[in-house]
Amino acid sequence: MGQTRLLLLGLLLLATFPWVVPNFYVTLGSSALVWAMFALSLQLLVGVTGLVSLGHGAFFGLAAYALYFVTPEGGRLSIFLTLPLAIAVAGVAALVIGALSLRTRGFFFLMVTLAFAQMVFFLFHDTDIGGGADGVFVGRPALELFGVAIPTDKHNRGLVGYYVNLALLAAMYLALAWLLRSLFGRVLSGIRINEHRMRALGYDTYRYKLLAFVIAGALAGVAGHQWVMNDGFVNPELVGWHRSAEALLMILIGGLGVLYGPILGAIAWTALGEISQLITDRQLLVQGLFILAVVLVLPQGLAGIRLWRRKAAESTA
Amino acid sequence: MLTQLLNGLQYGLLLFLISSGLTLIFGIMGIINLAHGSLFMIGAYTAFVCVRAFGELWYALPVALAAGVLLGAVLERTLFRFFYAREHLDQVLLTFALVLLFEEARSLLVGNDFYAVPVPAILDFSVPISADFSYSAYRIFVLLVCLALAGLLFLVIERTRFGAMVRAAAANQEMVQLMGLDVTKIQVAVFALGTGMAVLAGALAAPLYSVYPGMGDGFLIVSFVVVVIGGIGSVTGAFWGALLIGVVDTLGKVLLPGIAGMAIYLLMALVLLWRPNGLFARSS
Repeated sequence: MGQTRLLLLGLLLLATFPWVVPNFYVTLGSSALVWAMFALSLQLLVGVTGLVSLGHGAFFGLAAYALYFVTPEGGRLSIFLTLPLAIAVAGVAALVIGALSLRTRGFFFLMVTLAFAQMVFFLFHDTDIGGGADGVFVGRPALELFGVAIPTDKHNRGLVGYYVNLALLAAMYLALAWLLRSLFGRVLSGIRINEHRMRALGYDTYRYKLLAFVIAGALAGVAGHQWVMNDGFVNPELVGWHRSAEALLMILIGGLGVLYGPILGAIAWTALGEISQLITDRQLLVQGLFILAVVLVLPQGLAGIRLWRRKAAESTA
Repeated sequence: MLTQLLNGLQYGLLLFLISSGLTLIFGIMGIINLAHGSLFMIGAYTAFVCVRAFGELWYALPVALAAGVLLGAVLERTLFRFFYAREHLDQVLLTFALVLLFEEARSLLVGNDFYAVPVPAILDFSVPISADFSYSAYRIFVLLVCLALAGLLFLVIERTRFGAMVRAAAANQEMVQLMGLDVTKIQVAVFALGTGMAVLAGALAAPLYSVYPGMGDGFLIVSFVVVVIGGIGSVTGAFWGALLIGVVDTLGKVLLPGIAGMAIYLLMALVLLWRPNGLFARSS
């Protein structure tokens, strides 16, 4: 079966999911889609360009907080206003943080991105901006354009949110797939494989990396926006480094080399969290052992299972 | 103000114990260890458990050091050595898994409550330094112990045969191996040393900060900042970086409450703008 067909099948599965499960799982699926967007945006840096960032949560959180700052108390704004705003805020933040962090590489880059994310974390945690350490409720963006609105209430909100997430995730996937086929995407892959060579070929790799960083940050902003749409709540934890590490983990679970890897990973990670809750109170134990197993046994991620089979088939042929 | 300055120095020296291990482990093995903060937490909880069992902190310090060295050696042999050649991403996830597992182990063994750890009775007083100024004896003790350890570390690294091997391994591991030295032994030793110091730092810090879940995270990230500012692999850099961060953070909390949490990250950004490889980086 071709890859396109598999992807369409996956989309179909995700689209029918809300109709076959109870409401609670729609909400859960919806948050899995938000994580999928977040991890997918990070994949542009990690899997494509070879930049391991531990501070990606900063852009997710800043976009979510941006919504809090513009939304009047008790009111709601149109998504057509808030989404571009979230993207812009996250993108500008990524431009500033990226311009500084990309002066370093490897281990330094990882720690510097982490440190900047912590700076954002403390900004919200230590001051009263945005409700301080406890966080604050935010009016969810409304699906409304020029006065025409899809009305949402408690009952259909989960379902509507789910489909908005799915549409945005699909759009993000297509946009990134297109981007990777363009010259820009090829240059990014070239940088991952051998940055010196790319520079020798005359590419200003710093600019390419910075642009990739800004795009990835802006897309993380989309995910942050959708978080608010789902949960209507922001707190400093959104920026915390555990969240960024989890996104890296989703990418690794799913597979580094492919765009659908982070989506698989996000779904698997959310499912794992849910299943482990059924078995035991000790969720961290299950998660920790699971990560350990993935890192030790599946260096290619879930997507790599297929690769193995193909390799095995090739070697026997 | 003088109190705050001393507090800053003492905090900085504790940071040095943590970050020197972090920077050595990265410099020699190329391992990014996110679990280094958890080691600090393990030290603090070891102190708490020992004090509960024996009544005084004095037993806790050697126990913590021994436990840390042992833990480091075991982790190196069973896990980390397989990751020296792996991608940074894999190392991050391995050590992130360890962070989660250590937190869970802590929750299983000791629970999720905050605990205060009493200062040892002999040191439970204030030393009058001038007419209207006195300073906690335990803090002075911590300051002196950290200084002594820092001095010892410098002596070992700069003046002994083992130190020469460590420096050589940091510069070129294959060459060291070709010269017939046992690189495996160096790696185990450095790991055990780094881990031991982090755990000991936790035990020393327990009476000052009390012990609580997730306490390692904050120290981990600040230690990262120290390593970035000082330059990777440089113990000297870690020393000055730690003192700088300790003083800036402590004074920041007094002078500019509100944005104090951000001060050290701003400092780091400035250092990076000026010297992207850290203040004490060897030219590459």
